[in-house]
Amino acid sequence: MTTLVIAEHDNASIKGATLNTVTAALACGGDVHVLVAGSGAGAAATAAAAVAGVSKVIHADGSQFANGLAENVAAQVLAIASSYSHILFPATASGKNIAPRVAAKLDVGQISDITKVESADTFERPIYAGNAIATVQSADAVKVITVRTTGFDPAAATGGSAAIETAAAAADSGKSSFVGSEIAKLDRPELTAAKIIVSGGRALGSSEKFNEVMTPLADKLGAALGASRAAVDAGYAPNDWQVGQTGKIVAPQLYVACGISGAIQHLAGMKDSKVIVAINKDAEAPIFSVADYGLEADLFAAVPELVSKL
Amino acid sequence: MKVLVAVKRVVDYNVKVRVKSDGTGVDIANVKMSMNPFDEIAVEEATRLKEKGMATEVIAISCGPTQCQETLRTAMAIGADRGILVETSEELQPLAVAKLLKAIVDKEQPGLIILGKQAIDDDCNQTGQMLAALADLPQATFASKVEVADGKAQVTREVDGGLETLSVTMPAVITTDLRLNEPRYVTLPNIMKAKKKQLDVFKPEDLGVNVAPRIKTLKVSEPPKRSAGIKVPDVATLVDKLKNTSKVI
Repeated sequence: MTTLVIAEHDNASIKGATLNTVTAALACGGDVHVLVAGSGAGAAATAAAAVAGVSKVIHADGSQFANGLAENVAAQVLAIASSYSHILFPATASGKNIAPRVAAKLDVGQISDITKVESADTFERPIYAGNAIATVQSADAVKVITVRTTGFDPAAATGGSAAIETAAAAADSGKSSFVGSEIAKLDRPELTAAKIIVSGGRALGSSEKFNEVMTPLADKLGAALGASRAAVDAGYAPNDWQVGQTGKIVAPQLYVACGISGAIQHLAGMKDSKVIVAINKDAEAPIFSVADYGLEADLFAAVPELVSKL
Repeated sequence: MKVLVAVKRVVDYNVKVRVKSDGTGVDIANVKMSMNPFDEIAVEEATRLKEKGMATEVIAISCGPTQCQETLRTAMAIGADRGILVETSEELQPLAVAKLLKAIVDKEQPGLIILGKQAIDDDCNQTGQMLAALADLPQATFASKVEVADGKAQVTREVDGGLETLSVTMPAVITTDLRLNEPRYVTLPNIMKAKKKQLDVFKPEDLGVNVAPRIKTLKVSEPPKRSAGIKVPDVATLVDKLKNTSKVI
C-alpha cells in the first residue's frame, strides 16, 4: 500500500498545502511518494525530498507542465498511477481541477475535501456548506482524494531524505494552452496559511473604505486580508480574497470579521478558526452566534480604535 | 453549435439543513428545493452565447428523480430550448452523472458543455472534470469569463492568488464560477412558454450506464458546535481578551 501525493509547487519551492497533504497521506498508512510535475522543477523536487515522512519523490519535467494544465498533469499522474493505492491532491484550485480527471480515467469515485482519515478506506468530509459531516467509505481499488488543508497539520518541511527518481514526462495533450495570468502581488501572508485573518464585508461600502479601514488593522496584526462574497461582488476586494463555501476555506488562530453578517456560505469557510471576533453594529447578525468575542459597534469607529490600542 | 448545460436540483441555498437524528443523512423532506446556483450561471452563460449568435441551440440536462423536471423547466424559462431528464431514484454520485452526461454528449454532439463548478449539497466539485476526462475533452474550470471564437474558447479562470486565462479547443467542458455572470430573473411569460418546450426522458439503462454508487456514506453527523462566545462592551475589553484570555495576539 503506497500513497502518491501530487505536489503543488511553483517550480522553485513546494507550496504549504503540499505539507498538509503529506500529513493526510501518512495517516492513510504505508509509504508516501510525492510527484513533482513541472518545468525546470528540480528545486521543488529537492524541497519535496526534504519533507519529513516522504520516502520517494518522482520528478517529471517538461514545458507542458509549466502552467499546471489539467490535461497534462492528469496524464502524468495516470502514467504512474498503477503503483498506488491512494492518490492525494491538496484541495486547492489546482488539486480540485486535476483530481476528478484522474479519478474518472481510472473509473473510480473521487472523495473531495477530506478533513479526517479514519482508516485506509474511510474518511470524513463536510457537506452542505459544512452543516453536516459525512463519514464515507470507498470500495474502489484506488482512492483518489483531495485534502482540505486546514484539516491537517503541515508535515515538517525538513528532516526527510527521500530519493529523487526521474520519470518520463507524459506528452502534451495539445487540447488546451495557457494564455496568461494576473496573479496579485502580495506582501502579506497567504490567506489559507495565515495565522491571523482580518476580513471585511459589505458594510465597508467601497473599495477605498475597505483599504482605508482594513489595511491598517491587517498591517498591525501581520494578518492576511479576507472578504465576504458581498464585498467581493461589490468590487471592494479581489475575488481571491473571498472566504466561504465557494472561496477559500481558512482556519487561522484569529479571524476578525468586520461588517460581515455571517451567512451560511461565509461561515462554511471560517468556522474552524480558533478564535473568532465579530465587529458588527447589527446585534442580530448571525456572525455573533459563532464569535468568541462579539463587539456591537460601528466598524468605522471600532476598527481604527482597535488599531490604536494594539 | 449546440450548447449542453447540466443542471442539478438541490436544497435551496438559504435553507439551513438539519442532520437526521439517526445519522443516515440530512433531512430534506419538505425543504425548499431550487436549481443549484452555479448551474443558473451556466444556463445564463449558454443563453447569452445563443443571444450573441454563437450557439444555435441550448439543451438543459438534469439527472435524478421526476421532480428534476421543475429544474429543467426553470432552465427553459431562462433560455434553454429543450430539456433532457435522465430519470432515476437511485443516489447519483459525480462519476455516475459524468457517465450519463457523456452518453448524452455522444448523442447530441454539442460544441460546448457548461456545468456549475460545484453543487452546494455534496460540495464535490468533480462532475465537469470527470465528464471532460471521460469524453476526452479539454476542460476550463472555475470560469469567470468565456469568449468563443474560431473553434476555441478563451476562458479566464479563478485560481488561488488571482486569475489565469486558458485557450481550449472546442468541444470543451467549462465549469462556472460565481462571477461569470448575473443570472436573469425568469419572467411569467417565459415560465408559460417553457411549459411547452420539449422535454425528453431517459433512464440510465437506456444509456447503458451503471449508476451504482462507488462511495458509501456510513454516517452523517452534526459538525462540532462552537462553545457560546461573549459580547464585549468596548474595544479595550476586546484587546484585553485577545491578549490575556485567548493569547492570540
